[in-house]
Amino acid sequence: MLIGNYKETYASDEALFRTPATRAWMAVGALAALLFPFLAGDYLLYLADLMAILALGALGLNILIGFTGQISLGHAAFMGLGAYTTAILASRLGLPFWLSIPAGGALATAAGMVVGVPSLRIKGLYLAIATLSAQVIFEWVFTNWTSVTGGIRGLNVPPASVAGFRLDTDGRIYFLIVAVTVVHFLLASNLRRSRWGRAFVAVRDRDVAAEIVGVNLFRTKILSFMVSSYYAGIAGGLWVYFTKVITPESFPLSLSIQFLAIVIVGGLGSVKGTVYGTIFMTLVPEVLKAGTGVARAVWPDAQSYLFPLRDVVFGLLIVVFLIFEPHGLAEVWNRVKRFFSLWPFAK
Amino acid sequence: MSEALVHLLQLVVSGVVTGGIYALVAMGFVVVYKATRVINFATGEFMMLGAFFAWTAMSALQAPFAVALLAAVAASALLGTATERLVLRPLLGQRTISVIMVTIGLAAIFKGLAQIAWSGDYRSYPPIFPRAPVELGPVLLPSRQFYPFLIAVAAIALVGLAFRFTRTGIAMRATADDQMAAFGMGIDIRRVFSLSWSLAAMTAAVAGIVVGVIGGISPQLGAIGLRTFPVVILGGLDSIGGALLGGIVIGVLENLAGGYVDPLLDGASLKEVVPFVVLVLTLMVRPYGLFGTREVERL
Amino acid sequence: MTGSPVEGTEDRDILSVEGLSLAFGGLAALADVSFAVRQGSITGVIGPNGAGKTSLLNCISGFYRPQRGRVVFDGKDVTRVPPDRRAGLGIGRTFQNVALFEGMTVLDNVKLGAHARLRSGILSTMLFTPGARREELELRAQVEDEVLDFLEMEHLRHRTVGSLSYGLQKRVDLARALAMRPRVLLLDEPVAGMNEEETEDMARFVLDIQEERGVTIVLIEHDMGVVMDLCDRIAVLSFGERIAVGAPGEIRQDPEVVRAYLGEESAEAAR
Repeated sequence: MLIGNYKETYASDEALFRTPATRAWMAVGALAALLFPFLAGDYLLYLADLMAILALGALGLNILIGFTGQISLGHAAFMGLGAYTTAILASRLGLPFWLSIPAGGALATAAGMVVGVPSLRIKGLYLAIATLSAQVIFEWVFTNWTSVTGGIRGLNVPPASVAGFRLDTDGRIYFLIVAVTVVHFLLASNLRRSRWGRAFVAVRDRDVAAEIVGVNLFRTKILSFMVSSYYAGIAGGLWVYFTKVITPESFPLSLSIQFLAIVIVGGLGSVKGTVYGTIFMTLVPEVLKAGTGVARAVWPDAQSYLFPLRDVVFGLLIVVFLIFEPHGLAEVWNRVKRFFSLWPFAK
Repeated sequence: MSEALVHLLQLVVSGVVTGGIYALVAMGFVVVYKATRVINFATGEFMMLGAFFAWTAMSALQAPFAVALLAAVAASALLGTATERLVLRPLLGQRTISVIMVTIGLAAIFKGLAQIAWSGDYRSYPPIFPRAPVELGPVLLPSRQFYPFLIAVAAIALVGLAFRFTRTGIAMRATADDQMAAFGMGIDIRRVFSLSWSLAAMTAAVAGIVVGVIGGISPQLGAIGLRTFPVVILGGLDSIGGALLGGIVIGVLENLAGGYVDPLLDGASLKEVVPFVVLVLTLMVRPYGLFGTREVERL
Repeated sequence: MTGSPVEGTEDRDILSVEGLSLAFGGLAALADVSFAVRQGSITGVIGPNGAGKTSLLNCISGFYRPQRGRVVFDGKDVTRVPPDRRAGLGIGRTFQNVALFEGMTVLDNVKLGAHARLRSGILSTMLFTPGARREELELRAQVEDEVLDFLEMEHLRHRTVGSLSYGLQKRVDLARALAMRPRVLLLDEPVAGMNEEETEDMARFVLDIQEERGVTIVLIEHDMGVVMDLCDRIAVLSFGERIAVGAPGEIRQDPEVVRAYLGEESAEAAR
């Protein structure tokens, strides 16, 4: 039972992983992550890759909404921008992944800067609708700029390769995806504890006071949009090498909404929450799928209800979490930890 | 009259008619916002459910159109009140993103439930209006667009007048403007919210039925809701007259773009994206739209 | 009177407002207000509610742009300078309603005060480069020594500000302003809502800030005891106009001041 957490230097108090227990868990997690592809079946690998990419994208959205308090309904569009950039560079110019993915991130970042410019004047609801418009307009460009994007047929991309070794299975691409995702999660944690992370949260909590205390609102908001869309762009780039084909239908409004749901269910502003939210929102549909598969034995029509049931459950989760647990799974986890830290003396 | 002029007139008039229907859809958003300062992202789904209620009344219960319409409106009113009570009230005062998301969640729930109840199949109403196209001078309009347009305009006028002149309407506007002051004047805020959502659902039901008459109904009907944002913003989030004007402007612009620019692009259609470009421009130049009230940022 | 503790402090006006006029729509908040603040002094701004005191501070810190008049800081006209840059120049501020960032701990709130004088870019903070690391640790040491230790709040550093009492929140507000290393500190009702003990603590801190660090202080306050004890000079506002300025003793007896606060009869009695 951990009673106290005493630090003797400022450096150790400022560290990212502050207790031996945390560091131990991180090591265990790293080991598990490394061994996973060798032990898991194909479908699990597919899910793991999918979740890592979604978590990366969702983290970007969390930085924008959770840290900085801006609203975006167009996150999927930035992912699409990064994805298309990567796909075009890879399939038309033959660039390797370690060039095409960062290029996707860079273009998405630039777009984020442009979309962020109005954020000084447009706030709240209006910003939400503006980002929604960005989503619609980008989707239209993906579908209609056929000469560049391949239109509705989309683009096919050769698998990533490292010195001739092709990452063409879910197991092999896993290492790339997870490595990139883990690194970016660390970057986000660093951000949160640093000068700019504080500035982001200050803008979220009281932008007027923040400005008077010395925070340049415009620069801070733009930076937040840029970091957020950078994450989406990189996620898009990874997506390209994961699925090896992208079409305009890969990045619809419903994906933007899915990201929002992940961030809210996981816990706005919590880096760990993004992980919980991604896992939860990805596994629930899987459980439903398994459930209807089982129910089919008794009730032959069950599977046709899968899609609408997913919609209903998705909506219910959002509504229930917003009403009863607005701080998301991160807060639930904190409560559990607090309970056990005092057990058996907890109330 | 020259052919070019007739073509232009056709586009414009047809745009006005379409615009009137957009305006009716937009009203669903405006009514909620006008009274509660909330944007209901599930407006489209309220529309869809209203359309299905009417369809069920007509096909399963053999009710005539007018009765089915009234029944659907009544059922939607109940749905609106229940929604406000169960879902919106617990979130009173929370931040914008939460309220937006809860209505998005609601939209998903409604859509899924509709698909479970009525299956994903596409349905259409039995014929209601006379078949013959309507002639307005040189311009020809399909009857299934023209009559719904009349219904739309009537509904908009009714709601607009209600807001202006009835006590409930004034109470709603007062509450939206300044909750504290309205409360101080003896207005029952909770009842106003409840009524607002009711009214919004009823408006959406009529809009849904109108849209359903034109193009058939399915659980996907709700998608039109978000496509109407440009109209809502252009007109002003809390202006009913603005919704009408905005709808007409967007409808005409869409048609002009479709009629004159689309043939120049091979395959692409500007029609879907023009409204959203207009939306972005509106937000940058005049965020409160043509007739919306300016919001003062309080410290 | 205690001497100027900081080297190089001359007898000059570090801050002055000249002919400030501010109106909202038709409502005049400030009408042709002028006065100067001597470096290293404590100047009080008092007046009945609605007199325009907070509006005056808002003009000085840059949140409001006056229709007429100038704000001059350290010899430079800063009337057109945006608020975040003014903070960078050394104008610090606390708020009437505390205005802390509820989502962060005390330590983070205080560190935020130093935002304008830090240099790390966003990339280096995310990568936690050696440069960023050094700057962050230096900041931590500075904040601990200069602010948290000074204001006796080290034990609060990891608490979320929302869980603190009002009096402690006001202290965090002050701490955040100090982290900026301000040259002029604007305090908006620093002891409002405090009990006697808290008030004495705060008054002591304010004096220490002036004496030990040579910070010039401008404070709005309703607690006359605090005002009379701490201030070298007092400016009195009423209905947006400056109706008096001078030493505490003079102000106490000025008939205009008495009339503004207490009405006509008391003004007669004061003669």
